[in-house]
Amino acid sequence: MSGALLASTLDLLALNPPGWGATLLWGLWHSVLIAAGAFALGLGIGILGAYGKLYGGPVTKDLLAIYTTVVRAVPELILILILYFAVTDAANQLLVALGREKMQISGVVAGVLVLGVVQGAYATEVLRGAILAVPSGQIEAARAMGMSPFLLARRVTLPLMLALALPGLANLWLIATKDTALLAVVGFAELTQATRQAASTTKAFFTFYAAAGVLYLGVSILSSVLFAWAERRARRGQRPVSG
Amino acid sequence: MIRSLLIPRRLVMLAIALAIVALVAIYGRWDWLANPKYQALIVRGIGNTLILLVLTMAIGMALAIPLGLAQAVGPWWLAMPARAFCSVIRGTPLLLQLFLLYYGIGSLFPGIPGLRESWAWPILRDAWYYAILGLSLSVAGYEGEVMRGAFKAVPHGQLEAARAMGMPRLTIFRRIWLPQALQRVLPTLGGETVLQLKATPLVAMITVVDIYAVASRVRSETLITYEPLMLLAVVYMAITGVIVLIFRWFEGRVPQRVA
Repeated sequence: MSGALLASTLDLLALNPPGWGATLLWGLWHSVLIAAGAFALGLGIGILGAYGKLYGGPVTKDLLAIYTTVVRAVPELILILILYFAVTDAANQLLVALGREKMQISGVVAGVLVLGVVQGAYATEVLRGAILAVPSGQIEAARAMGMSPFLLARRVTLPLMLALALPGLANLWLIATKDTALLAVVGFAELTQATRQAASTTKAFFTFYAAAGVLYLGVSILSSVLFAWAERRARRGQRPVSG
Repeated sequence: MIRSLLIPRRLVMLAIALAIVALVAIYGRWDWLANPKYQALIVRGIGNTLILLVLTMAIGMALAIPLGLAQAVGPWWLAMPARAFCSVIRGTPLLLQLFLLYYGIGSLFPGIPGLRESWAWPILRDAWYYAILGLSLSVAGYEGEVMRGAFKAVPHGQLEAARAMGMPRLTIFRRIWLPQALQRVLPTLGGETVLQLKATPLVAMITVVDIYAVASRVRSETLITYEPLMLLAVVYMAITGVIVLIFRWFEGRVPQRVA
């Protein structure tokens, strides 16, 4: 009985067409791709946002405060829906205004844009805290050496804050990988959506959801290991914190 | 608070915001709000969302305390499963956990002979209980990790002093250890409650009628894209504001000494 069950489960998860393994892995690849793109975009927004919040003018500061507060107070699911429709609408109206045909925005691009805007709000706060924790003497010394603001950021502030920001960024990356599951709601073929398809076609609900869980868990364990390594590397040459 | 809004640039921004709200209110389609059917649904949806939030936070915290304790000071055969549970909950998307519980485990039950005729069957078919279970386990997983740190952070001297007073272990836990650990997590807990609120709309994916599900129904029945979503955003922001205020009040009541 259990032998037959195991064999049929393995058949369902096989990589070749009667099995759904390839579909799941393809979905996983899309999930990781969207998460990586969104994380990178969020990091870019976060660096700009953190600098804006710390050194920007009063209006910039107020606008950024509104951005981070609103994005962090509204559920990701609803932001994804609002942004998804708004982004596709705006892009199509722009195309129509330019006299082009309407087009369907690719799932991956829309997913990256939408999740990136969400990640950007959290990254702004993480990076702002990390920049504040850089000893001010280091930044003042660099300024006294006559470094331009851009050079100062590249050579002093960003490398020094990296070690402090990495735990927060690791958390954000894990949130990004898990938030890709929400894109299933707008029908992207990422891992959760692929799993849902496989499960409802074969009626083997438990098998497929458990398999997807194992895949997500694998991604998160692997990322934890990589981020721990990156943090050790970023802390090279720094005195270990006591306690 | 009010005075900080009366700076000229903030007045300009406030005016722009009000203008946007007025434009949305005038040119948006809000006629569905006058429909008594939708009004009743909206009230029920908000009620369900709040019940889900309060109930799952309570159950989740009750589970998180033993989970945190097991990880902080438990023997390895308690610490290992507790840590594994927290890693699995934190390492997989909540949406997938809900699907696994409702569709996955729910699909195994019909195979058990005799269950269909028993008293438990209506409960096992009701998505509501799966939503409570899924969200509570999620809180337990995340807060278990938080409580682990909090239990470890209570100063040793406090526990040693209690032991020297001859308190039994259970009394030490009840009077000294748990209150001090809870006091430490209070600021974190406010943020976690907001995160939990933002997780509740996922239960709509397993057919539970919360405020998100109501908005989705309005959208599909009236073919209005944005307005119900905006109402949702406003509702969630309002609840977030209330949560923040409640926790601020709580924190104000706990005496704290800043070294």
